[in-house]
Amino acid sequence: MNLIGQQFRPALVSLLVLTLITGIGYPLLVTGIAQVVFPAQANGSLIVEDGQVRGSNLIGQPFDDPRYFWGRLSATGVHPYNAFNGDALVGSSGSNLGPLNPALAEAVQARIDALRAADPQATPPYPADLVTASGSGLDPHISPAAAAFQVRRVAQARGLSEEQVRELVAQYTEGRDLGLLGEMRVNVLRLNLALDAIPFK
Amino acid sequence: MTANGWVQIVLYLVVLFALVKPLGWYMARVYEGQNVGLNTLLAPLERRLYRLLGTREDAGQSWKQYAIAVILFNALGMLAVYGLQRLQAVLPLNPAMLGAVTPDSSFNTAASFASNTNWQGYGGEVTMSYLTQMLGLNVQNFLSSASGIAVLVALIRGLRGRTTQSIGNFWVDVTRTTLYILLPLALILALALVSQGVVQSFNPPTEVPLLQATTDGDGNPVTTQTLPVGPAASQVAIKQLGTNGGGFFNVNSAHPFENPTPLTNFLQMLSILLIPAALCYTFGTMVGDTRQGWVVLAAMTIIFVPLLVLAVVQEQAGTPQLAQLGVNLVASDAQAGGNMEGKETRFGVVNSALWAAATTAASNGSVNSMHGSYTPLGGLVPLFLMQLGEVIFGGVGSGLYGMLIFAIIAVFIAGLMVGRTPEYLGKKIEAFEMKMASLFILIPCVVVLFFTALAVSTPWGKGALYDPNISYTSIYNPGAHGFSEVLYAYSSMGNNNGSAFAGLGANNPFYNTTGGLAMLIARFWLMVPVLAIAGSLAAKKTVPVGPGTLPTDTPLFVVMLIGVVIIVGALTFIPALVLGPIVEHLLMLGL
Repeated sequence: MNLIGQQFRPALVSLLVLTLITGIGYPLLVTGIAQVVFPAQANGSLIVEDGQVRGSNLIGQPFDDPRYFWGRLSATGVHPYNAFNGDALVGSSGSNLGPLNPALAEAVQARIDALRAADPQATPPYPADLVTASGSGLDPHISPAAAAFQVRRVAQARGLSEEQVRELVAQYTEGRDLGLLGEMRVNVLRLNLALDAIPFK
Repeated sequence: MTANGWVQIVLYLVVLFALVKPLGWYMARVYEGQNVGLNTLLAPLERRLYRLLGTREDAGQSWKQYAIAVILFNALGMLAVYGLQRLQAVLPLNPAMLGAVTPDSSFNTAASFASNTNWQGYGGEVTMSYLTQMLGLNVQNFLSSASGIAVLVALIRGLRGRTTQSIGNFWVDVTRTTLYILLPLALILALALVSQGVVQSFNPPTEVPLLQATTDGDGNPVTTQTLPVGPAASQVAIKQLGTNGGGFFNVNSAHPFENPTPLTNFLQMLSILLIPAALCYTFGTMVGDTRQGWVVLAAMTIIFVPLLVLAVVQEQAGTPQLAQLGVNLVASDAQAGGNMEGKETRFGVVNSALWAAATTAASNGSVNSMHGSYTPLGGLVPLFLMQLGEVIFGGVGSGLYGMLIFAIIAVFIAGLMVGRTPEYLGKKIEAFEMKMASLFILIPCVVVLFFTALAVSTPWGKGALYDPNISYTSIYNPGAHGFSEVLYAYSSMGNNNGSAFAGLGANNPFYNTTGGLAMLIARFWLMVPVLAIAGSLAAKKTVPVGPGTLPTDTPLFVVMLIGVVIIVGALTFIPALVLGPIVEHLLMLGL
């Protein structure tokens, strides 16, 4: 008991002091520097066009209109790409379906059916990322293969040439970081915003 | 798999090992009290703090004093996290107006963060206020990892001490770890992360318009999206460096605001193994023979790399179930292919599986993909890495002190073979040390298997008790995968990892309570035997090297150490693994 009594004061005082340093000083310092040096990134990398916020570069949005490129499947609660809902207590989420869960095969098949309904000429194989749900449910990207798969549908729905759409996809395709890290990818929201900027025929 | 995939794996390992020596050397100087450059700035602050604590830099503690200090410090920290969660609704910095967390979830989370586990039964963005994240979770990210490193340093002092009672001063160790090691590294990493898009702000969630409106479950139109922000970067940096792993957002580092680019992914993965790997060099330096440190690091690496490759190859292969639907699983520059369920496009398969292996080798537990959707053997790798006792790199401090306990067992077994009293680093290993080491090995195994058995054989664990009317169960996936979910949960909590097969509905009183107990036992019941060994060794004389001494700085010892770790882990857990991932793998192939 005496041993515990001896250590009580240093335990309490060091917890308080180190809480001040690591719990208040450190995050405030990081926030201060971040808000001055990297304000756009620190506040969610918002896409602003003509003074209007159009979304975030980093957070995907749901698309199922044939005129738009579709992103990954999203397993977030209430509706797809639901980044935050304080009332329903839902936010980012994966499907968490096991590899042999019949529900996984059903979800993949449903996506394939939807892709084929929107473009009857679509044939297998289907790009893996286009028919599976992302980890976050908010994935802003698809692979170049998944974009290429949708070019014909989008071009037809918009009355554009496939060549035109393919060029736009190429323009919004990001390479690997430092030419090496991660995977090639296409930002779906930014690509769709760019499509909308082309006058409609 | 593409050539680029292999290059990324090799690059990761090369950069990691290049940093071991400089950081390991730096940390050794910090614990020896030598000047490391930051002293001009921090030494006056340190001195004032010690005066306030009523201690002195050179005031040594016995192992019992040290153990009481660690436990008291962490118990008070746990209490603070519990209180913050229960009171957050009436405390400031809660712009999303989140309510109080339930008592069982608060207990689980407090135990989780104080024990360096960071198991998360809750969804971050919809549960914890900014104040709770900062003052509770973020602080424990620093202090629980500093406690782990402190215990390691105490053990090292025990190994090299000569007939002394003192194994150092906990308050000095924890302060130095925080101020000289964790804070500077976290500050650099946090700013690098923000520059790439990790959010760091105190604003409330931002509402943005949807380009194409959608509908909710009831058919109502949804035209906007609410983007949660918060002081994430500062927390993410320390969650990785301190092998904590608790995410700011629900999906952890799969969330684009927590891990936006492949570059942030690389930095975060590097941070996961950085300090655990570098501490091996610190250990070698402090015992006066760096070869001893390299031997331990070699054993860790030789176990890690094949498991890592297995995970990557399995995930890249995908499942025949998807292939037969016409899904293209072949990797190329145009697509990652493989098993993309639960993975992010920007990371693809290679960086997801690499992360899964690193985060479970270290007791980090953060995820950038959903392990519950991994292929059977791809998911076996993280599960087995945790079951090895979190000693393959392991938690900061705790991984290496665990590995040193295995080294003590290895010399003991070798001693039995030749009939001599075993020694490690010149200290005789006798009955007391072996009793404590046995406790250290057995406790997590018992905890994991006991709670898993309890959960899968009772209605509480299956979840029927909570909502019998709608036949809802906690175990989300059917069959062998459901068993894996439960085994994974207790392997994770019972070894202080914190990652999850997130299909398990674990945020209820049964899992919160049993899991909280598992985490506390796995952390503090293991720290005490380690400190007891430290105290016992410190009191011993150093014996000179003789002809019967087993040298512990040779490739032969690396092999023995690997053998002991693998045999203990495999003997304990292979029956359980057969019931889960291995059955599932056979079912998959039997399509």
